[in-house]
Amino acid sequence: MHEASSQMIVFDDVSKFYGEILGVNRVNLSIAPGITSLVGPNGAGKTTLMNLMTGLLRPTRGEISIQGVSPDEPEKLFRRVGYCSQFDSFPRGATGREFINMFLSVHGYTKTEADELTMKALERVSLEDAAEKKVAAYSKGMRQRVRLAQAVAHNPTVLILDEPLNGLDPMARAETIRLFRKLADEGLHLVISSHILHEVDMMSDCVVLLNNGYVVAEGDIHGVRDEMEEHPMQILIRCDKPSVLASRVFEQEQVVEAKIHEDRRGLFIKTRDADKFYLLLNRVVAEGLVNVESIAPVDDDMSAVYQYLIGSETEGSHQ
Amino acid sequence: MSSRAETVVMEKTAKQTQSALWRRQIAAIVRLEVRKNFTGKRSILIYLLALTPVMIMTALVSVHWDDIQSNFAEASVIFANLFEGMILRTVVFFGCAWIFMNLFRGEVVDRSLHYYFLSPVRREVLVAGKYISGLITSLILFVTMTALCIIIFYLPLGYTGAMNHLFDGPGLSQSLTYLGITVLACVGYGAVFLVIGLFFRNPIIPAVFLYGWEFINFLLPPMLKKLSVVHYLHSLTPVPIDDGPFAIVTEPTSAWLTVPGLIMVTVAVLAMASFRIRQMEIKYGSE
Repeated sequence: MHEASSQMIVFDDVSKFYGEILGVNRVNLSIAPGITSLVGPNGAGKTTLMNLMTGLLRPTRGEISIQGVSPDEPEKLFRRVGYCSQFDSFPRGATGREFINMFLSVHGYTKTEADELTMKALERVSLEDAAEKKVAAYSKGMRQRVRLAQAVAHNPTVLILDEPLNGLDPMARAETIRLFRKLADEGLHLVISSHILHEVDMMSDCVVLLNNGYVVAEGDIHGVRDEMEEHPMQILIRCDKPSVLASRVFEQEQVVEAKIHEDRRGLFIKTRDADKFYLLLNRVVAEGLVNVESIAPVDDDMSAVYQYLIGSETEGSHQ
Repeated sequence: MSSRAETVVMEKTAKQTQSALWRRQIAAIVRLEVRKNFTGKRSILIYLLALTPVMIMTALVSVHWDDIQSNFAEASVIFANLFEGMILRTVVFFGCAWIFMNLFRGEVVDRSLHYYFLSPVRREVLVAGKYISGLITSLILFVTMTALCIIIFYLPLGYTGAMNHLFDGPGLSQSLTYLGITVLACVGYGAVFLVIGLFFRNPIIPAVFLYGWEFINFLLPPMLKKLSVVHYLHSLTPVPIDDGPFAIVTEPTSAWLTVPGLIMVTVAVLAMASFRIRQMEIKYGSE
């Protein structure tokens, strides 16, 4: 196999049908190391894609390869892959420590190695104090964290995380995102599904937007946004002379709308080519015609991309 | 050393490492599963089931203490009937059904099977580990149960009488045969129920069908008789049992064919289970 593709997660024309119901259809993806978020409404196919990647489901058509390994080879795949699924269930009666330890022993680690890896994993998610408590007595957030610990315990190079931030309090969310960023910076693959769009914005290197089983868009958020020509980019420029700026921006045919802010200290524009607009703005500032305080793209984020491509943001913006 | 020889040595070492890993993985699965089988909520039913023949045997022996003392040969025939009807066809059958069907089906119900599927374990290794754990559990419970029943049955003979029957009579070989049949029953039924647990969402229906099939085995024509576990086990019974006036009499299969035959069937059924588990998906929602 080609060296580059052996570092990628590749979906080659993958479809999955549950009887006559569509799971995902004709998915072609190449996911590079870093954080890739799967975003879409309920039933879009996020979990199906993750289950296909890990062999919990088998594709109806097409092939999947995780760093050159097929999901049909669990003995090789799960040496390098950790999956934190959404199934909120645990082996009966297990404590947090036992839960992680038991599956490390199934990996084939010796008792000493398994004990050591278990404690490290629990420390990573700040659960060492609750290690001897039964998982059944854990809060939802703790259960989420112990599943995360179980997924990372064997130091995988690919982490697949289905809604990993669900149930976590704000502090734990921030800590967990920091942990994800750290792992991604170390060169790991992280494939994360999430409903929380501003968190997707914050942590992702790349997004895959899914709707009704189809990949609607993929790439880095700004790249995806740039390609949406039917939705002009909205930019708010805070400046001292918005009317002067307004008169200049209409020199560009790409600018489709310019509106002075109510407080007359800003200009709100819609343009089909943000880069050209920024060049013009540079010129205007250089000519000393206006003093610019700030420039803020209004809809160059995940929420806007989601809203434009999939529709209502309400489902995507809250848990 | 030539490069060819080096390659052979490297391949041999890789195979040894692989098989050592499989052994460690099987041992780990067996430890986890045996613990679960003996301590989980589902184990209560098995303990009760295994205790039932011991209690019934205790009651029968207490009531017929003198009869057993006076006519031990006739009592041995009654014991043989009790062994086959109660211990083998009922307790071991349903006990194995419960233990082995739950190895996979129970995990699907508890929604915890995916943890095994997300471990770097060949699914065939998982089948082997689970089967061995079920076998250990059933052997500990049902061989102990059979041994206790035999001991209780020998109580009316007293220590000296029992020792004489065991070591100077047919007692020892009969007892060991009963224990051996119990072991074979666990081996055979275990494999069948494990595979039923993998193929059927509601394994109770095929289990009841199988029970009926085993129960009417004595009425079946010779060819069909051979498609059952109890036929082979029945051939091994140390004390001949009368199947009744409606039974279709067939030539009993010799022990030399029965034991390897049953083991071969077990291996074939486990191979089927391995094939099935490689195709298996996790779809708890649809269970």
